[in-house]
Amino acid sequence: MEFRHKHILGINELSRDDIVTILDTADSFKEINSRDIKKVPTLRGKTIVNLFFESSTRTRTSFEIAGKRLSADTINITASSSSVTKGETLEDTARNIEAMNPDIIVMRHAASGACHYLAERINSSVINAGDGAHEHPSQALLDLFTMRQHKGSIEGLTVAIIGDIGHSRVARSDLYALNKMGAKVRLCGPGTMMPVGIEQLGAEIFTDMNEAIRDADVVMMLRIQLERQGKTLLPTLREYARFYGLNVNNLKLAKPDALVMHPGPINRGVELSSYVADGPQNVILDQVENGVAVRMALLYLVSGVERGEV
Amino acid sequence: MKTLIQNGRVIDPANNIDAVQDILIEDGKIAAVGNNLKSTGATIIDASGKLVTPGLVDIHVHLRDPGLEYKEDIVSGTRAAAAGGFTSVACMPNSKPVNDNKAITRYIIEKAEKQGLARVFPIGSITKGLAGDSLSEMGDMQEAGCYGFSDDGKPVTSSELMRRALEYARPFNTVIISHAEDLSLVGDGVMNEGFVATELGLKGIPWVAEDAATARDVMLAELTGSRLHIAHVSTKGSVEIVRAAKARGVPVTAEAAPHHFTLTDEAVRGYNTNAKMNPPLRSSADVAAVQQGLADGTLDAIATDHAPHHIDEKNVEFNVALNGIIGLETALPLTLNLVRAGTLTLNRAIELLTCGPARALQLPVGTLSVGALADVAIIDPDLSWTVETAAIVSKSKNTPFIGTTLQGAAIKTLLGGRIVAEK
Amino acid sequence: MTYGTTTILDGPGVGRALTRIAHEILECNKGVSNLALVGIRSGGDRLAAELVRRIEQIEGKSAPLGAIDIGMYRDDLASRGTVEVGRTDVPFSLDGKNIILVDDVLFTGRTIRAAMDALIDLGRPRTIQLAVLIDRGHRELPIRPDYVGRNVPTSRDEKIDVIFNADNCAAEVRLLKPQG
Repeated sequence: MEFRHKHILGINELSRDDIVTILDTADSFKEINSRDIKKVPTLRGKTIVNLFFESSTRTRTSFEIAGKRLSADTINITASSSSVTKGETLEDTARNIEAMNPDIIVMRHAASGACHYLAERINSSVINAGDGAHEHPSQALLDLFTMRQHKGSIEGLTVAIIGDIGHSRVARSDLYALNKMGAKVRLCGPGTMMPVGIEQLGAEIFTDMNEAIRDADVVMMLRIQLERQGKTLLPTLREYARFYGLNVNNLKLAKPDALVMHPGPINRGVELSSYVADGPQNVILDQVENGVAVRMALLYLVSGVERGEV
Repeated sequence: MKTLIQNGRVIDPANNIDAVQDILIEDGKIAAVGNNLKSTGATIIDASGKLVTPGLVDIHVHLRDPGLEYKEDIVSGTRAAAAGGFTSVACMPNSKPVNDNKAITRYIIEKAEKQGLARVFPIGSITKGLAGDSLSEMGDMQEAGCYGFSDDGKPVTSSELMRRALEYARPFNTVIISHAEDLSLVGDGVMNEGFVATELGLKGIPWVAEDAATARDVMLAELTGSRLHIAHVSTKGSVEIVRAAKARGVPVTAEAAPHHFTLTDEAVRGYNTNAKMNPPLRSSADVAAVQQGLADGTLDAIATDHAPHHIDEKNVEFNVALNGIIGLETALPLTLNLVRAGTLTLNRAIELLTCGPARALQLPVGTLSVGALADVAIIDPDLSWTVETAAIVSKSKNTPFIGTTLQGAAIKTLLGGRIVAEK
Repeated sequence: MTYGTTTILDGPGVGRALTRIAHEILECNKGVSNLALVGIRSGGDRLAAELVRRIEQIEGKSAPLGAIDIGMYRDDLASRGTVEVGRTDVPFSLDGKNIILVDDVLFTGRTIRAAMDALIDLGRPRTIQLAVLIDRGHRELPIRPDYVGRNVPTSRDEKIDVIFNADNCAAEVRLLKPQG
């Protein structure tokens, strides 16, 4: 086994072999989460800082539990990111935290590229927990893990990703990951939410959601927000739900055993009808559960890479 | 005081000269251009194997003086100009305070005359405080020494106000310089809209944000008959709009920056804040169109949009970093790249750096005519050098070309016959 | 580095050793009730499976079989870098059981230390006993096997290889001496 990434900044930088290693490692760690004593001493003495510039209960908690189950000391820091170049810069914040010698910094930030910025400037390992509209690698990995768990293999699956592709770091990371693992990706969303040139990343673009989910093995719904940076990209949520929402009827177009996934938190009645959100095909809570194992794997794997290695 | 520059290849596009000749300088003016000139007591400069051109002219720089001297000032900025072969620069009004009145105009001119290493031609603001609300006192400022008016850095958003600015400027026979940008289409974009932006997850600025504004201002120039100059053209569409306008006889001129004919938005990868500027680096089709525009006369000038920023303003997250790069010290070799690539003739390249920009703003420089100011660049077109942070003359070091090896440099820059920079 | 190879145990030799260990385990624990075997990946788990088969042949009753991976319990993450972590698979409760921990080669004792930590995280056995095919000495921790196939005096730079065949049965044990 060869894993030589000191940082996990994006799926784009990982190879297929790296992804398989992460998923296999997560498989081994998953068993711990069902024990009575949910703790192993693997990362005893390591310090992990969860540095969150954007609020996120789900991802932060998942990383925190992952770190604690590996016996690392985890510290949460909620910081506010500046929109101007005054005051303490991200570099200052990072250097202050680094002076306390953490081994791993898990960072979420509203600015795309903020994790690259951090990784270039400090010695600790950096794990990207979501940067702007760029990448969210741990989410994509837990999505793959969940698909593999239910479908056995990812190769050859048809995965439809529906919603706000333009602002979604999850969509980008999933797209890279699924392509590397040999799945076919379909993207569909409102015209205002489809970024320029996305098809060049290896996806088939659909304008009609029914066509996008027809015979799909997995339907991944993205969270929709009416207001994005003060701009209205949609007329109403009602209309969004009509054209881009998943309900019992259009879900029938997908394969009978298709999985319904969502990175959460869900908007009931908008992108997912409650019948689907609570229905037998949804694996949303499996995603959450698997998230802990996948993040344990990431923390473990970057810990073994010597400082100074890339 | 006399200086004789001997045996250089003199390129003076304004006078259609391209020949090995001598130039005699007396009392800061060109006294003679010809073969085998003799002069007793003159300092001899041997320019054999070198190009001898008018001192280069950059009609779009930010000297940051007054008020933002931590980025650049008139002395450091003109020193950087001289190092790059430039003897004349036109500085944009977005200083602090804004150059929107004759007192600031005089401050700039007098400081430049006393301490500067290049001629400085101030550009006044179109609107007071660059606020886009009411016209600045253009007449006053022109009398004080402004050579054009611009709200550069932002567009004049109100179409009606832009129309009034053009109309008001016409009797003064001055030029309105358009920073063509539709801010509502720019939104919170930070780089060119396209595949690279999508991949990096950065918000895009579509080409139409520039083209729509260029088209509006060209039409307003057509309506009013006033002189318009389009700053930093970066898109294929804007090149085409200017080309068509010129064909219809609209009194429009335009410039392009070296980075816009050299780099594409691929340079942003790695979230390189030194590749962040406005207008942003565009696609390869846009780069090709800008090069074509320079070659066929659609674009009249190469102007650097020299925009110094402090390291603290660039050493931040990409979306927070300020727009702009320095350009005075790299413009000449980047332009010569187009000559080596066969895109421009050497004469056209020198024209775009001398009399082309001078004509656009009606500056009294840019030629080697007898009687003209003895501003001269002696250029070694083959000199190979690597851009290094420590060697940059400008106060700020924000350029994406650090580490790049370039070919061509001004080895001597003469301002009014006096050597102001040497390599 | 090249090695000279000596066969310490051949197939029948391994078989006899395992059969003897199976008898000893049954004798010490008075049968299979309350007995369970847990092998350490990868090697010990396969030997544990062989021992369970022999116990079943002898007693006519089987004992529960588990496998643990000690990757998560190693004390050398920093110096050895990331090693693959395998699955731990112990499908029965350890509480109150007599656990036979099985490994192929006993050397410094650090693997056994990690394995005992792993076992104790999974439950509270009544006893933990240690069975190894080869004890090669050089202990760094106070650990002593209860059942040994063969004691093999070695020097530190020698290696012991346990070769398994396609059916995951131990077929040969080799001693590798460095040469030159």
